[in-house]
Amino acid sequence: MEKTVKSTLSNKEEMLELLHQMQVIRTFEEQVEKLFQAGEIGGTMHLCIGQEASAVGACSVLERKDKIITTHRGHGHSIAKGMDIGRMMAELLGRATGYCHGKGGSMHIADLDVGHLGANGIVGAGLPIATGAALASKMKDLGYVVVCFFGDGATNEGAFHEALNLASIWDLPVVFICENNQYGMSGSVKEMINIEHIATRATSYGIPGKLIDGNDIIQVMETVQEAVERARRGEGPTLIEAETYRWRGHSRSDARKYRTREEEAFWRKNRDPIALFKNKLIVEEIITEEDFAQLVEQVQKEVNDAVEFARNSPMPSIDSLENDVYA
Amino acid sequence: MREITYLEAVREAMVQEMRVNNDVFLMGEDIGIYGGPFGLTKGMIEEFGPERVRNTPISESALTGSAVGAALMGMRPIVELQFSDFITVAMDNIVNQAAKIRYMFGGKGKVPIVVRTPSGSGVGFAAQHSQSLEAWFTHVPGLKVVQPSTPYDAKGLFRAAIEDDNPVLFYEHKLLYGLKGEVPEESYSIPLGKADVKREGSDITIVATSIMVQRALEAAKLLEAQGISVEVVDPRTLFPLDEETIVNSVKKTGRVIVVYEAVKRGGFGAEIASLIAESEAFDYLDAPIIRLGGAAVPIPYNTILEQKAVPQIDDIVKAAQSILNKVTV
Ligand SMILES: Cc1ncc(C[n+]2csc(CCOP(=O)(O)OP(=O)(O)O)c2C)c(N)n1
Repeated sequence: MEKTVKSTLSNKEEMLELLHQMQVIRTFEEQVEKLFQAGEIGGTMHLCIGQEASAVGACSVLERKDKIITTHRGHGHSIAKGMDIGRMMAELLGRATGYCHGKGGSMHIADLDVGHLGANGIVGAGLPIATGAALASKMKDLGYVVVCFFGDGATNEGAFHEALNLASIWDLPVVFICENNQYGMSGSVKEMINIEHIATRATSYGIPGKLIDGNDIIQVMETVQEAVERARRGEGPTLIEAETYRWRGHSRSDARKYRTREEEAFWRKNRDPIALFKNKLIVEEIITEEDFAQLVEQVQKEVNDAVEFARNSPMPSIDSLENDVYA
Repeated sequence: MREITYLEAVREAMVQEMRVNNDVFLMGEDIGIYGGPFGLTKGMIEEFGPERVRNTPISESALTGSAVGAALMGMRPIVELQFSDFITVAMDNIVNQAAKIRYMFGGKGKVPIVVRTPSGSGVGFAAQHSQSLEAWFTHVPGLKVVQPSTPYDAKGLFRAAIEDDNPVLFYEHKLLYGLKGEVPEESYSIPLGKADVKREGSDITIVATSIMVQRALEAAKLLEAQGISVEVVDPRTLFPLDEETIVNSVKKTGRVIVVYEAVKRGGFGAEIASLIAESEAFDYLDAPIIRLGGAAVPIPYNTILEQKAVPQIDDIVKAAQSILNKVTV
């Protein structure tokens, strides 16, 4: 594998920023969970706690002009691509100041200004859209790459297969990142897919398939960087399978009967992406435990500010109901 | 009689049919130990095992298409789509395959599948998990469309849907799942194509579907206090449609409001309104027909806007008051 520049631990500031972003995602979501339990957030929510490394690692090698597309579990990707957590929180609280003026909510959050082409409530639907966005980049020579995030479950939808094939035959600048967190809602990959690794599905479409530890942010950065460079050179798409784990249930009311508490404890204890990275930075003497404790505290403040901003924001006006249906 | 919820009524219907007919089986995402997103199939895999309560991958297209194949070969599959919005992912299998096979084959073969699915807004799930798309399917010859509004109807109509030799779309409403009502323990069937007069009245007929039946009944109580007598007619099945019960009610009251949650424009309310206009009830009308339906917007996330997007009890009351002030020339 071609070695890339970005992936060294030597750039202290950059490394700290990555750790910071992962911590923001986790604290943001812990806060969202509390607000949901308190009834301040309605509908439903899907948390990506435990999967922070793939979001931050992948987005860290992108330029602002590059695009991402995500899923129902998209808070992490949105934060990593540079969205403001105040406006995100406002969206989850249904406020007028939210990214979608309170009309989209968690499952439909988007910000075209930072190159975020939207979360999606339909499993697998993002893949062909990413393919099309990449097609536009190629046709108009815009130079951006599209990174498309989705889960293991999504790879059983027809849309996955059709999108990969199309992106492949047209050599489109798109990187497909499957965050294999081991489960759809309750269906485990073991039950739902008869091959060992999703990455091997790439073979059917004649594109590279890479299997990585999705909880190791450095590995994520290296692999995505390589795929992005390949895409920029006009050599077409890559499928990356990032192995990870979602710590929480699928959504609001999930008793998690389909998996054991031991399995959950194993991942939390041994494969926490934030702890793994933090420990690496401590070993490399880039930070200390005290620095990290300070970081956690500072992030909590940032998230509290986001909640304050959201709570103090107005509800959308009733008149806005019919706005924006057509351009 | 004992009371159970709408959700329990649907489950009971499925369980009872599966006990008596081994050809009936269930397919869907997370319907096993998870019990589906609303817990409707909880306990079924324990009783019937994973062969007959089949947890599938997230593959609505293959899932519905394979139900069509199994049905053509003599099985009676029940497919759960987790949210009715996902029907769009299975569209080809429902519209081009299930609906047409028998006709295209010159009357040979049949496709007895039931696709059951929760629809409607009201829980803050936003635009891709809240739609009411049932009218689309009434436009496709070969399909039947059911929309129960009470636990009693849900159980009886479900059995009829299973027994029907055609593809049936069985629409449940998320907000009705918790509604309790009297439901007999024994199995029974309510014929598809038979409307129900949910409340008798003499001044206005309200033809309502699904959750709007409950809202119309609430509105009728408020209107009664104002001296206005409302009859509420629930078609229960959009196709086959019981035109006679609707027409007879309008002949009796002379005024009609049609209420449904789906977007008003191009909706099923227009079908009901025109059938009344084309029938003998036309001569009995004392006021123009009113249609009340959803605003032409995707369902917004914010709960205040969400409520505003579809008819509420208050909207029905206002429509009733206004129709009494209108007189045809
Ligand atoms: C077409 C479609 N089918 C089903 C669902 C319901 N649903 C939402 S998320 C989900 C599981 C998705 O699993 P995966 O793709 O692995 O992503 P993860 O939730 O693990 O991040 C399901 C079944 C949906 N939203 N869209």
